[in-house]
Amino acid sequence: MHASAELAGPSRRTRPRDSAASWPLADRIGLGLCWAAGVTLTLLATAIVLYMGVKGISQLHLSYLFQHPTADVDQSKSGGFLDPIEGTLLLTAIGTAIAVPIGTGVALWLVEYGRPAPLARTVESAVEIIAGAPSIVIAVFGLVVFSQPAFAFLSFRATGADAAFGRSFVIAGAAMSLLALPLVVGAVREALLQVPNHLREASLALGKTVGATIRRVLLPAVRPGIATGTALGMGRIIGDTAIVILLLGNTLGTESADGGLPGFRLLRGTGSTLTSYIYGNSPAGEGGAPEKAYAAAFVLLALVIALNVLATRLARGNLSALTGGAAWTR
Amino acid sequence: MSGWRIPERAELGLGALAVALLALIVGMLAFVLVQAWPSFAHNGLAWFGSGGNANTQLNDIYQSPADPHHYQYHLRAWPLLYGTALSTGLAVLLGLPFALLCALFTVEFAPPGIARVMGPTVRLLAAVPSVIYGLIGILVLAPWINDHLVSAKFKLDVKPVVPIGGGGLLLASIVLAVMIVPIMIAIISDALRSIPRSWLEGSAALGVNRWRTMWRISVRAARPAIAAAVVFATARALGEAIMLAMVSGSFIFAPNPLDGLNFFLEPIQPLAATIVAGSEGFSAKPFAQTLYAFAAVLLVSSALLSLAAWAARQPMRRMGLR
Repeated sequence: MHASAELAGPSRRTRPRDSAASWPLADRIGLGLCWAAGVTLTLLATAIVLYMGVKGISQLHLSYLFQHPTADVDQSKSGGFLDPIEGTLLLTAIGTAIAVPIGTGVALWLVEYGRPAPLARTVESAVEIIAGAPSIVIAVFGLVVFSQPAFAFLSFRATGADAAFGRSFVIAGAAMSLLALPLVVGAVREALLQVPNHLREASLALGKTVGATIRRVLLPAVRPGIATGTALGMGRIIGDTAIVILLLGNTLGTESADGGLPGFRLLRGTGSTLTSYIYGNSPAGEGGAPEKAYAAAFVLLALVIALNVLATRLARGNLSALTGGAAWTR
Repeated sequence: MSGWRIPERAELGLGALAVALLALIVGMLAFVLVQAWPSFAHNGLAWFGSGGNANTQLNDIYQSPADPHHYQYHLRAWPLLYGTALSTGLAVLLGLPFALLCALFTVEFAPPGIARVMGPTVRLLAAVPSVIYGLIGILVLAPWINDHLVSAKFKLDVKPVVPIGGGGLLLASIVLAVMIVPIMIAIISDALRSIPRSWLEGSAALGVNRWRTMWRISVRAARPAIAAAVVFATARALGEAIMLAMVSGSFIFAPNPLDGLNFFLEPIQPLAATIVAGSEGFSAKPFAQTLYAFAAVLLVSSALLSLAAWAARQPMRRMGLR
């Protein structure tokens, strides 16, 4: 028995036969509680996914995905949720488009330069504060700032009003980017810290500047890290409701604003996302159409789970690429 | 890397980006505080106290006349703060032992097959959007609580004062606990994994069994991480808005511990949920400023909690673990 354990190499785990049965009662109770907690957690997750799956699939009609929503008490006539899906996609695109370059830049500065050191430490804690700030607070902050008349071009300003409306796709997207930013910074930082120093030194020894090293060596090497951060950030943006309710106008359909630059009208317009659609159709909102809420929640959950699986895959790929040493040979 | 001393465009550009981000955060704090100031200034420290009915006070603020000289700001926000503290505290109290046991199970006791499933399970629970938790709470759990736990007599007795439904302190804390448990499990199990093997082997070599080894060595060494987990979870629970707006009963009320078990069924309305509930009223300036004041309180407390989490982790760094 012991010989086989030694052959298999050192292992922390003792063999089942050696344990538990001979323990004092208190320890066995502790072990039992551990098992109970672990099993409960797994069951809970399974129950949530199964329940949402069963409820969602039974309520979901394929046509919902392609129909515009309409305000109607009769649920057979209130349409689908094409507009909320559009809203979710558009908002996610805007949010990541802002967060990914900025987050990558900040992470690069923190790891590759990071001087003066006190400034770097302050920036780090600032990122941590954003990560810790509740999304409702970020939403309120966005509303305060973008209601200033100077920002009227991002939403619209009613004639005679002393404040801008402060609600549009760009504004909500900008606020959403703050949610994704810490995740991008964190993922890129981790990836940068894992890049071995001899790569940087080799590039510098060839006479390249640090800037060129970043562009030609480090950025390609941390691409999986950027992708992981992006996927995590997208998941966070898709799942958020507070910012949508406060900053997207929370109109049922996607509506473009009048006037302004062509092509910019949609971005200045208002709309809804899957999350705000669910909130609105739950008993807490006005709609009171739980069937539609379940169907939309199923689509939302599927999106979020898909993104998280993607993020995990990317992170794993990142790790193996770094240990295998193939990512930066290009 | 600090050996490179040639200033470059790349460094300046990236540095400017980082400084801009810093300026944004400072601006955010300052801006929200300035906008929120009238609400604090009119009430003084009594803002944080109790007195009167906060429902009618908020309504008066919303209905206040358009003339800036007659804006209403009178508010005693104690029931909101109390509701936030109650739901957060109960959720952490419920969640911490559960999360600690789950982390121990994942790291040490689960058979390899189950241990492999635990990671994705925790990530899944962390990724479920709060609106879905709220939906399950309001459509499944709230009616069940209303049917099985709320006595009709109690409901009728207190009807003139407070509406009792399924949503309330109990439901809010339970769903909140489910939402913060994954964060705590992730942090605690990370810390448990970083305990040096030699410490555990030393304990095992003395004939100490696996449970005691984990409990006496790992959990004890990971105490700073457990504290950090609690702080992070508290920050998350404080800021949760949508889910709480759906399941907390949406009536501003300070549950009375003297009501016995009914205490847990009484509705609350935490700060963040109040902002969501008032999201239609931002056009009324004094009302908007009052909501900004709620946001300012949340922002300051979450920033302080970030600081506390950082401080809580320092002892472990000193031991050379993460």
